[in-house]
Amino acid sequence: MKMLLKNIVLPLADFTVEADVEIESQVTAVFGPSGAGKTSLLDLVAGLRRARSAFIQLDERVLTDTARGVETPTRRREIGYVPQDLALFPHLSVRGNLLYGCKKDPNPSGLFSFEHVIQTLEIGSLVERGVANLSGGEKQRASLARALLSSPRLLLLDEPLSSLDSKLKQQIIPYLKKIRDEFRLPILYVTHDAGEASALCDEVLVMERGRFVRRGKPAELFGSSEL
Amino acid sequence: MTSEEAQIVWFTAWVSALSTVVIVPPGLGVAWLLARHRWPGKTLVETLISLPLVMPPVATGLILLKLLGRHGAIGSFLHNTLDFDLVFTWRAVLVSLGVMSFPLLVRSARVAFEEVNPRLEQIARTLGAGNSRVFCTITLPLALRGVIGGTVLAFARALGEFGATIMVAGNIPGKTSTLSLAIFQSVQLGQDAHAFRLLAVSVALAFAAVWCSECLLRHKRAPA
Repeated sequence: MKMLLKNIVLPLADFTVEADVEIESQVTAVFGPSGAGKTSLLDLVAGLRRARSAFIQLDERVLTDTARGVETPTRRREIGYVPQDLALFPHLSVRGNLLYGCKKDPNPSGLFSFEHVIQTLEIGSLVERGVANLSGGEKQRASLARALLSSPRLLLLDEPLSSLDSKLKQQIIPYLKKIRDEFRLPILYVTHDAGEASALCDEVLVMERGRFVRRGKPAELFGSSEL
Repeated sequence: MTSEEAQIVWFTAWVSALSTVVIVPPGLGVAWLLARHRWPGKTLVETLISLPLVMPPVATGLILLKLLGRHGAIGSFLHNTLDFDLVFTWRAVLVSLGVMSFPLLVRSARVAFEEVNPRLEQIARTLGAGNSRVFCTITLPLALRGVIGGTVLAFARALGEFGATIMVAGNIPGKTSTLSLAIFQSVQLGQDAHAFRLLAVSVALAFAAVWCSECLLRHKRAPA
C-alpha cells in the first residue's frame, strides 16, 4: 500500500493541520496527545471533512485533489472507519449493524465474508443481540467487524482501545493483531498510547498541533514499551 | 349526534389528517435542512416558518386570502391558467390548516433530527450509504418518536384551527364548516346543546391526539 497525504491544509479552531507525508507501512500509527488533530486527519482521509487544500491518494486512486476539484464521496472511498465512540447504530441489532455496509466479498478466498469476519472476531454469539446489551469489548469487536464487512481498501482506527480498561485492552489487542495479519489491510491507527503503537504498528508518525514532527519505527521512538 | 354534526366532525377529522399528511414531507425536509446544514438566509426561513405560531391567526388568514384570492398573486395564476379557485372551498381549509400547523411539525422534527448523533450518519456514509439511505435508515428511525410527536401535535393544531380558516374559507355549512367554526356559530345563534355536543367531540379528539404525543415523547425521554 502506498498512501500520499500531500499539501494538507485543514484549519481547525486553534491551529491548522498541515501534512505532507508518504506512507508505505501496513500499519501506521498517528501518535500524539489529545487535541493534536489526529481525528480530524482521519476524517479528512475518510472524506468527512473538507480541507482548504489536500491531495490524498491511495495506491493509484486519487481520493481528494482540491487543486483539480476532485473529491470522491465518502460512500465511494471504500474506507472502513472505526471511530473512538464506535458509533454502532443503536436502533439496529448487531446483525443489522454488520450487514449495513456488507458487500459481496471481492476476495475469492472469502476473506471478507460474513462467516469469516464473525469467526475471526468471535462474535457469532452476539449477532442477534441489541447493541445496548453488549459489553465494551464486544462493542469494539462488533464495530471492527462492521468496518471489515464493507470490504475496505484502508482501515481507519481512531483510538480503538482508549475507552477500555487495561484488562479489556489485553483482550482486544490479539483481535487487532489478527486483523492485521489475516486481512493484510493497510491501517491508519490513531493513538496516544506508546504501548499500543509498539504492539501493533510498523511505523509511527508523531503529530503535535497539527504537524508531523517525527516519524520512525516504534522501537526507535519508544524503546521497548510493547504491551 | 345529528347527521349535520357527524358531517362536521368527519370533515374536520379528514381535512386535518389530509393537511397533516401533505405537510409531513416538506416539513421533514425543511426540518432536516435546518438541523443539519448552514446556508444563507437560514435565519430568515426559520423566522418565516415560525411566524404563524406568534401572529394572530386571523392575520395569517388575511395574508392567505390576499395571496390565494382571485386577485392575489397565487390565486390569480390558478384562476387564469387552471380555471381553479381556492378560497371559500374545502381546499382553502386544507391550506389554512397546513400553514398553521406546519411550524409545530418543523420545530419538533428539527429538535428530533438535532438529537441524532451526526457521527452515526457519517459512519453510515463510510459504509457505502448515500444521503437518502442515511436519512431513511439512520436519521429518521432515530428521530422517529420526535417526528411522530410533532406530527400528532400538528394534527391536533389543525383540528382546533379557527382564525385563519374563517378568513380564507369562510364558514359554509356542508362545505367548509369545521368543528371550531361550527361551535362558534352555534354559540352565536344560541344553540347551546349543538355547541356542547361538538365541544365534547372536539375535546375528545384533541385529548386523544395530545395524549398520543405525550406518550411518545415520554417514551423517548426514558432511559434505554
